[in-house]
Amino acid sequence: MLNVGRISEGYVLDHIRAGASLSLYRDLHLDETDYPVAIIRNARSSKMGAKDILKVECDPNTLDLDVLGFIDHNITVNIIKGGEIVEKKELKLPKEIKNVIQCRNPRCITSIEQELDQIFVLTDPEKEIYRCKYCEAKYKGRKRVK
Amino acid sequence: MRHLMSPLDFSVAELDGLLELASDIEKHPQKYAHACGGKKLATCFYEPSTRTRLSFESAMLSLGGSVLGFSSADSSSASKGESVSDTIRVISCYADICAMRHPKEGAPLVASQKSTIPVINAGDGGHQHPTQTLTDLMTIRSLKGQLGDLTIGLCGDLKFGRTVHSLIHALIRYPNIRFVLISPEELRVPSYIREEVLQNNNIPFQEVERLEDAMSQLDILYMTRVQRERFFNEEDYVRMKDFYILDKQKMSLAKEDMLVLHPLPRVNEISVEVDDDPRAAYFRQARYGVYVRMALILTLLEITVSDAPDGKEQSC
Repeated sequence: MLNVGRISEGYVLDHIRAGASLSLYRDLHLDETDYPVAIIRNARSSKMGAKDILKVECDPNTLDLDVLGFIDHNITVNIIKGGEIVEKKELKLPKEIKNVIQCRNPRCITSIEQELDQIFVLTDPEKEIYRCKYCEAKYKGRKRVK
Repeated sequence: MRHLMSPLDFSVAELDGLLELASDIEKHPQKYAHACGGKKLATCFYEPSTRTRLSFESAMLSLGGSVLGFSSADSSSASKGESVSDTIRVISCYADICAMRHPKEGAPLVASQKSTIPVINAGDGGHQHPTQTLTDLMTIRSLKGQLGDLTIGLCGDLKFGRTVHSLIHALIRYPNIRFVLISPEELRVPSYIREEVLQNNNIPFQEVERLEDAMSQLDILYMTRVQRERFFNEEDYVRMKDFYILDKQKMSLAKEDMLVLHPLPRVNEISVEVDDDPRAAYFRQARYGVYVRMALILTLLEITVSDAPDGKEQSC
């Protein structure tokens, strides 16, 4: 059994689909910060069989977690202060996501004007459908903003 | 300040007001002849479109305003690599309102976010063409007297035809609307229109392949052109282009008060022998396009013309 130490302040993202933690690390732009991060892959889980866990030591107000709801709303977000869990955050589908996924419609204005933000809007919460703000193309694949 | 990106930007009540104003302009053009004196419309057309551009220019000139602009990307700074955002910031210094057509979808929306003048989407790729929809609505309202209680046949390229998609979106807001979607298998309406728009809103519709099977039920027949530029394969285009030809014989199956609409230009899908049929409304539709654009310009510029339709002062 692998042991990773507690963090005093930050986030513990639990119940991440096994194998998805590295892409999540990038989606949260953690690669652009100098926060101490522990990535635990394939941890045993009674609920999921195997799961990933991300522990991030940082000020709990600094990370934009909205995108997590889009990526996987089954992830549990634990907010840690003073070494204790002070809040469990429920994830919802964000109404808008910016610069996480890219529009693949070759006729979209974003295909020629690269400086534009890639913005997708939640148009059908029930079916979890996102559409490009500019051309309204439906988001289908996992083409990421680099 | 308001822009027009999609026909749904206006509520049904706002749309009624706009169409009422357009009808008043049709009846009393003189009253509005100088309403836009001293105002300038910029027509920024990044791709050629004679009809839409001229109807905008005609609308502004009929209101006593002036027009300036360009009619292709080659004659604009886009050819030098200027972004839409930069172009509109500059155009905002030269004109009071802008009508923009662009081959890329969402370009007018980008412009509206940086503009200090109202922007009208005059067509963005295969996405939206709201002023065509306003034209269609005004034609139906003027000639049928209502926008509800109608069976509308949409015929031809229902897959790529943006005018058809916009019209469906706009008409489902009115009561007792029913659609008959007439197209070959390859050009059927996209599944998102069928599922997210029609089924989700419980709008009755049927899909048929033969125009003859639909004619007798229709109050409106909206014909569309099969567009060569939408096909990757010339062979497919040739196979599809003459799939539907509306002629006198098919018209004989229709109701006496059915209307034939077409966003124009037509190619072979409506035989010229139909032109003299009183039910052929497509050239009148082009005229309504000018009135409705006049009403739109007044509305977006917030210009007030006194002695409006109902005898009260009209706040445009």
